[in-house]
Amino acid sequence: MIYEAIIMGMTGDEAVAWAAKQVNPDVVPAYPITPQTIIVERFSDYVNDGLVDTAFVPVESEHSAMSASVGASATGARVFTATASAGLALMNEILYVASGLRLPIVLAVANRALSAPINIHAECTDQLVTRDASWISLFGETAQEAYDETIMAFKIGEHPDVMLPVMYGIEGFIVTHALERVDTLPDEAIRNFLPPKREISHVLDPSEAKTFGSLVLQDYYMEIKRQQEEAMERAYHVTKEVMAEYSEISGRKYEILEEYHLDDAEYAFVTYGATAGNAKAVVDLLRAKGEKVGALKIRMFRPFPGNDIYEALKGKKAVAILDRSATFGSPGTIVQNDLASALYMKQGAPSLHGFINGLGGRVLMHEEKEQIYDQVKQYHADGKTHTQEWVGYRS
Amino acid sequence: MVEIKDVRINGRGGQGAVTSSRLLGEAAIIENQYVHAFPNFGPERAGAPVTAFTRISKEKFFEKTEVYFPDVVCVIDPSLLGKVDVASGLKSGGTIICNYAGEMDKLKSYFKGVDAKIHKVDATKIAIAEIGKNIPNMVMLGALLKVEPLVKLENLIEVTRQYFTKIGKASAGDQNARAMQKAYDEVQ
Repeated sequence: MIYEAIIMGMTGDEAVAWAAKQVNPDVVPAYPITPQTIIVERFSDYVNDGLVDTAFVPVESEHSAMSASVGASATGARVFTATASAGLALMNEILYVASGLRLPIVLAVANRALSAPINIHAECTDQLVTRDASWISLFGETAQEAYDETIMAFKIGEHPDVMLPVMYGIEGFIVTHALERVDTLPDEAIRNFLPPKREISHVLDPSEAKTFGSLVLQDYYMEIKRQQEEAMERAYHVTKEVMAEYSEISGRKYEILEEYHLDDAEYAFVTYGATAGNAKAVVDLLRAKGEKVGALKIRMFRPFPGNDIYEALKGKKAVAILDRSATFGSPGTIVQNDLASALYMKQGAPSLHGFINGLGGRVLMHEEKEQIYDQVKQYHADGKTHTQEWVGYRS
Repeated sequence: MVEIKDVRINGRGGQGAVTSSRLLGEAAIIENQYVHAFPNFGPERAGAPVTAFTRISKEKFFEKTEVYFPDVVCVIDPSLLGKVDVASGLKSGGTIICNYAGEMDKLKSYFKGVDAKIHKVDATKIAIAEIGKNIPNMVMLGALLKVEPLVKLENLIEVTRQYFTKIGKASAGDQNARAMQKAYDEVQ
């Protein structure tokens, strides 16, 4: 059943905080960092106004935020936290502990450039470089997706077949601080969608002693890591199921990939996050000129849906990957590298052209995206199969 | 193509440009319109030139960029004229509305060669008379709605009242409501 939406005006950060309030997690340890700060501020308001039952733990760093999240989650608590940029980098050590202990912590990331030079604006490198930490990793394009993904993240991570932490990113300022219309669900819908408490299998419990985080050497370490991989493979299916279920209650179609005018397209933009919105806008402009172009938005980065992407792009001539992340000395952009791996030697796979753009909040103008489109057509005509370059900077 | 109206608000830090861009967006949301409203973030200093944007459409749109080519420019602080290129990127035939006490001819002299409909209202005077201080941000939006009916004035007044009630200054909401109506009536 589709619940009637309660329409609100909220920024991306506010939408995350509002969804977290409705989920009413047991524990929120958090440390503020721009542009995530509003999430933590709003949520602490809800705590002090008695609107949630959450134990709010103001910690002294992001390393501590994730450590406290691990401790709380190990007791069976439902845990939420949020960070950005350097904060996520500081959490890095404990990200692996959270996934290795199979704790379904939910982490909102306000994607922001990494220092130096210091910059507070949008870039997704902070999240993409956590790709090997065994976290489910999603991106959202709008404040609406920020809201929706907050709710879905708990259900995905806590699924007994998964039991992995989930992070989801929205870009700094252009989403986190921008007012948008957000169709929210009534509390009742969220209570019906998400059980009020986590389903608890193995937790720290004084009445039934267990060991967490013990030393495991050559004897079992690899088996435990392999189990994480199997959980990640199951997370692919669970995420699809959860998104389908959420689509049914919200009336908004959620899938791990979002296709835009892709069916008859010869060329496509492949992207994620807020850039996907701009790519779709440019597809409209190019379509109006008669160009056969579409866009593919990757909503789920880990597990990487390589086969789904192949099916979506099969038969296209060439694609432009618009990657708002930095990598240095690499054969492709971060997302392009995964795409290349997934599509390698597959019949009908398009050629892949990666474009590093938008670093530190730099805007890629529509004209520049149209130039990228023309460039990719040219690469195809010239028989180039794989390029990687930077766009939108002064040389 | 989706029809979108892009509004840029030019002001100075501390004058409420950011708040006004948001409240304009909230009023549009009440009307079931789609919006993207946000300030141009940078170092925050009182008195420094600032811009804020509100993108409004009756249909859902995808754009996620700052506004470089506005349809409408709203200038909150007259001291920006001649110092900041407030008409920068304005679409041909667009609208400029200024907080300005002088003659229209003098105002137009700041926009020689700019293809725009130019309007003015003495928002500073109205703000001082009705609100008791020179905070003309919402006053300017009241005037703007007369020349560019992006949302209904009553809806903008409603979200403005809600905003001031929420921050514990309900009387300022009443004062702004009166001032917005006055500017709406007086704009030229």
